Amino acid sequence: MNNAILVVVLASAVTYGTPLLFAALGELITERAGVLNLGVEGMMLVGAVMGFWAVQRIPGSGPLVLIAGVGVAALAGGLMALIHAFLVVTLRANQIVSGLALTIFAGAGGLSSYLGNDLNLANAPAVHQFNAFLPQGWRDAPVVGPILFDQTALVYVSWVCVALVGLYLGRTRLGLNVRAVGESPAAADAMGINVTAYRYAHTIVGGAFAGIGGATFSLAITPQWVDGLTQGAGWIAIALVIFAFWRPGLCLVGAYFFGAFSGLPFTLQARGVTVTPELFQALPYVMTIVVLVLVSAAGARRRLGAPAALGTPYVREER
Amino acid sequence: MIRIERRLVQPRWLGVAVPVGSIVFAFAAMTLVLLATHHPPLHTFGRLLSAGFGSRDSLDATFISATPLLFTGLCAAVAFRMGLFNIGGEGQLYAGAILGAGVALMASGASTIVQIPLMIVAGAAGGAAFALIPGILRAFLKTNEIIVSLMLNYVGALVLNYLIFDSLSYWRDTSTPDAKVFPQGKLLPDAATWPVTHIAGFALPFGLLLAVVIAGAVWVLYTRTRFGFEVQVIGDSPRAASYAGMRTRRKMLAVMALSGGIAGVGGASQDGDFRHLLDARGLSQAGYGYAGIVIAALARYNPFAVVLVAVLLGGLQNAGYTLQSVDFPSGLVGVMQGLILFSALGGELLIRYRLRLPRRGARETTAGAAA
Repeated sequence: MNNAILVVVLASAVTYGTPLLFAALGELITERAGVLNLGVEGMMLVGAVMGFWAVQRIPGSGPLVLIAGVGVAALAGGLMALIHAFLVVTLRANQIVSGLALTIFAGAGGLSSYLGNDLNLANAPAVHQFNAFLPQGWRDAPVVGPILFDQTALVYVSWVCVALVGLYLGRTRLGLNVRAVGESPAAADAMGINVTAYRYAHTIVGGAFAGIGGATFSLAITPQWVDGLTQGAGWIAIALVIFAFWRPGLCLVGAYFFGAFSGLPFTLQARGVTVTPELFQALPYVMTIVVLVLVSAAGARRRLGAPAALGTPYVREER
Repeated sequence: MIRIERRLVQPRWLGVAVPVGSIVFAFAAMTLVLLATHHPPLHTFGRLLSAGFGSRDSLDATFISATPLLFTGLCAAVAFRMGLFNIGGEGQLYAGAILGAGVALMASGASTIVQIPLMIVAGAAGGAAFALIPGILRAFLKTNEIIVSLMLNYVGALVLNYLIFDSLSYWRDTSTPDAKVFPQGKLLPDAATWPVTHIAGFALPFGLLLAVVIAGAVWVLYTRTRFGFEVQVIGDSPRAASYAGMRTRRKMLAVMALSGGIAGVGGASQDGDFRHLLDARGLSQAGYGYAGIVIAALARYNPFAVVLVAVLLGGLQNAGYTLQSVDFPSGLVGVMQGLILFSALGGELLIRYRLRLPRRGARETTAGAAA
């Protein structure tokens, strides 16, 4: 029963959806504060390489080292995001160009490759990696076992993060302020909210999440470092935020939906079904365009939750 | 606290000083990166410069690397100048390469004089059509063109992959058993090879000359015609443009088509000038489209500056390929490009704004702000 194709596909959806979920949650937080960061791919790759480095080099027991690795990945992603924040918040640079520059700077062929090479990380198996840890009996449970219990700790952490981000944005004073900054920075400023501080903080936190998303690849899914490991997951994460109408809960659904498409061709091919992998791989992108078109229909944009001030710098003197 | 004030007048010397200062700053930052990772900075820079610009041969190779970047740089500059963020140059280049190679294969009996214009037109049509998807969505439904064009890059790359690796398409070489195991594109007919011009001892690809001509044409279009004037007004202030009765929607479509068309010709130039087949893997790994955005931003959307910056970054890329080995850190070129772009973006602030350090004790005067 656990070999049924639907179960296998759903299990791989959760596995492959998790890095997307982390990165998209991060981008969601950033965008809710009104900052568009197209550098997700770069931040993920730097997170992946630094997380892997930490796990290879830090001595100690497995679980602690892995936690440290995730921490280092978050730190590295946050640092990359800090560059973007400085450029777009303080220096008021174009957010699109700055984000793309971040991907060129940090992504494949940039800093992540440089670090991977310089720290000698390629072609080495991971010293520690995230494994499924729940009791074997649970993991063998029919249907829910492979999908929900045969997963790594990062999957459960991502669920907690979804809940926390949802509560933070929807139920706390700080979260309300974030949304005000993203919707109308001038009004937020008049309320006495420090727009600059909020934008910095949420851009950096967004980068940290992207870094963890990258580490999900290098420490759990393909536990090794390969140049360009994330293979465009960062761009899917950006699409996912739109797909999820800027809501954390829908991010989870969307991430698993898109995750299913990245795993599906392999699953089908393993069963002798010949498919065109490109068709499945193109679906997330095409569906994002379709959703975007629907969202952009008159008036719907606001209702569906796109922050009104997304992508625009805030200059107090020019409001 | 340092205060940032908008400049009312932008002095001319700043237009030169800031880009130069940005590059100097980028090199300084790069020095820090190299020192932190125990590489000798001066030696590394020296090797980069000599491999990129040091000899006639290395300059020839630099021109080859610069050619696609010129096309994608112009593609981005044309659209960005109007405030249309077409970041789909990558996908539009693929579309041009696919159609360009397609017509070259179809017209296999034709002579070079027929082939070249055919490929240029097909490439331009492919790129323009691909760019019109986000263009039409933006013009009629107000859909964000940034994300749509970005997503289409991936769709384009997947189409490219499909044509060569996962189907028996018209573009794929299926003539030998070997070609079935190692998929690659069909070789284009000899007549579809674009000529190389020798000027002052340099071998200049036809695509490079074509791109320079296009740069000139874009400059004329944007500075000497009513169309160009209106496009720039729309870019600077869409509201003012609509009050003045300019037809924004039409211009949007025209500019997107032009922008995508230029990238598409870049794709055809890849087929005709360099690769001589539809090179799916090579094209999708090169990242020409994204580099083009960097170039356009560095050139501040000026077509002639695009030519200059494209040759500069082309040289860097070429040096990166040439030097890639065990002792030369890979990824360095990307880091360098990123740093140059970051500092150029930061420098942009100094052109538009001035920084004022209020002296302690001195009362703030309004004279400085009025100057």
